Amino acid sequence: MSLQARDKEFLALLGPSGSGKTTLLRVLAGLEEPDSGEVRFDGEDFLALPVRKRKVGMVFQHYALFRHMTVAQNIAFGLTVRPARERPGKAEIKRRVTELLDLVQLQGLEKRFPSQLSGGQRQRVALARALAIEPRMLLLDEPFGALDAQVRRELRRWLRELHDRAGVTTVFVTHDQEEALDLADRVAILKDGELVQLGAPNAVYEHPATPFVFDFLGQACQLPGIVQGRTLTVADWGTAAPEGAPQGAVQVFFRPDEIAFAPADGAGLAAEVLAVAQRGPDVRIDCRIEGVLMELIGHGPTLPAGVAPGLSVRVKPLRPQVYAT
Amino acid sequence: MTDRFSVPPVPRPVTDAWPRRPRLVEHSILPGLKLSLGITLVYLTLIVLLPLAALAVRPWEIGLDGVVRTLSDPRVASALRVSFGISLLAALTNAPLGLLIAWTLTRYEFPGRRILDALVDLPFALPTAVAGIALTAIYSPTGPVGAFAAQFGIKTAYSPIGIFIALVFIGLPFVVRSVQPVMQDLDKDVEEAAQTLGATDIQRVTRVVLPALAPALLSGVSLAFARAVGEYGSVIFIAGNMPLKTEIAPLLIVIKLEQYDYAGAAAIGLAMLAISFGALVAMNAVQIYLSRRGRA
Repeated sequence: MSLQARDKEFLALLGPSGSGKTTLLRVLAGLEEPDSGEVRFDGEDFLALPVRKRKVGMVFQHYALFRHMTVAQNIAFGLTVRPARERPGKAEIKRRVTELLDLVQLQGLEKRFPSQLSGGQRQRVALARALAIEPRMLLLDEPFGALDAQVRRELRRWLRELHDRAGVTTVFVTHDQEEALDLADRVAILKDGELVQLGAPNAVYEHPATPFVFDFLGQACQLPGIVQGRTLTVADWGTAAPEGAPQGAVQVFFRPDEIAFAPADGAGLAAEVLAVAQRGPDVRIDCRIEGVLMELIGHGPTLPAGVAPGLSVRVKPLRPQVYAT
Repeated sequence: MTDRFSVPPVPRPVTDAWPRRPRLVEHSILPGLKLSLGITLVYLTLIVLLPLAALAVRPWEIGLDGVVRTLSDPRVASALRVSFGISLLAALTNAPLGLLIAWTLTRYEFPGRRILDALVDLPFALPTAVAGIALTAIYSPTGPVGAFAAQFGIKTAYSPIGIFIALVFIGLPFVVRSVQPVMQDLDKDVEEAAQTLGATDIQRVTRVVLPALAPALLSGVSLAFARAVGEYGSVIFIAGNMPLKTEIAPLLIVIKLEQYDYAGAAAIGLAMLAISFGALVAMNAVQIYLSRRGRA
């Protein structure tokens, strides 16, 4: 596979576990060596450089902070290990640490030890530590994987702002599609060590290249169908085929929330409603379409009155995606 | 049933504002504190405290100046110096060596690693007298190593060097076995983080790995030291036991016992106890400080 990150870009590597995304990141960092292939940075052969000379800032899933050092010592580590003639003076290091603490919003915690911080704070220290060396590239390996959902969402927003301010090319590994779509400029989707699709979050979400990507990026409903000319037929429902759809027997995918309901005599897929359950703002509708049990998602206030257990309705997928079988 | 309409009682606020009697012991949700603490105290009293108390009482039979006279005897002072001095030296020597062995055993895969690993425990298992005889056989002027060293005018057995060798031998497993598990549990990604931050291999070891190992290493060294101070069996064979030169304090105690000078023996024992206890307390304090750092 070949993959290029653009300057100052926020690139997400997204894939299920075992897809090789972390390995790819570790190859970029130099912590692992590829069997073949090349890594270039700005034209320079990266594989020829040892880890410590690559100047990449790496943030690990489990923080990897130095437990016996204070927050300030952790952040300053990358500066203090420099050879004497490149090492900034004590005052300069102190100034940098204060600056970085401001940046990650941990003012006043420089004397604490990592064990005295919360998970979110620790990860921010790890980030400040990685930024201290003025990295040419920032590598984040599931940085929020060990945090709870609320903190994760907060940090996500904050990380994006930080990236925009610091202006460092960032490569971010995650298995959480929501995180990748929310954060990245471009998303690279990996499967079994291969690049499946690369593109802007919206483009990838709206036009998944393969059934795998469709399935991976969100919930999916799947039915067999037939494309003839410009018409897509699923059971007794006919609609315009999406552009570029293959001819013949196809797999039709749609999102369970991208649907419209119609009365039983209207247009759409005949569905028998089995159960309706309110889940917060959404309503989960279990129904049987073409003999297949599906979970559809509707929005409470806009749900038509006809959608109730035991009734028949028509379900019209708004944006079906078609893949050759 | 007027009850049904009454306002439910306001739950009592569980806050620090509630007056609370200060407790001597922090309350634990684990039951059995009294029982387990009781058994611990009784056991420690029977096994450790009572014998030590008997030891502490014994020397005063000869009065304070008797004790002072015993301890200021040049032969006794020299024996104490030899025992503690060489024990400390041996324990300190074992620090880098034990560290290196633990490093080799945990960091590398090579054929025979498990056998080597088992060999480390041998000084634990061997009766110390056997170890003493074996060491003497090798290091005495007629033994292979001893003869070699003699060519350079170094006398290994029957000299302080011999005592040192024996004490290094018996102390080594303490250091290795204390450090090894901690080294095994070191997170790999912490070292990798150091690498990405630009640390050289040496900086990675000295600034990241060693500080993490320091508490375990210190604990291993103090165990090795404590063991060396009390060592008797292996040393008396190799030491030569010349008064004022290579006579260790435990041997002197045995000599006094054989002369039925129980109070004198107990006086030396008490002195050893006091010095050992002081040293262990000091080492423990440092160790607590080291392991508190970053874990509080």
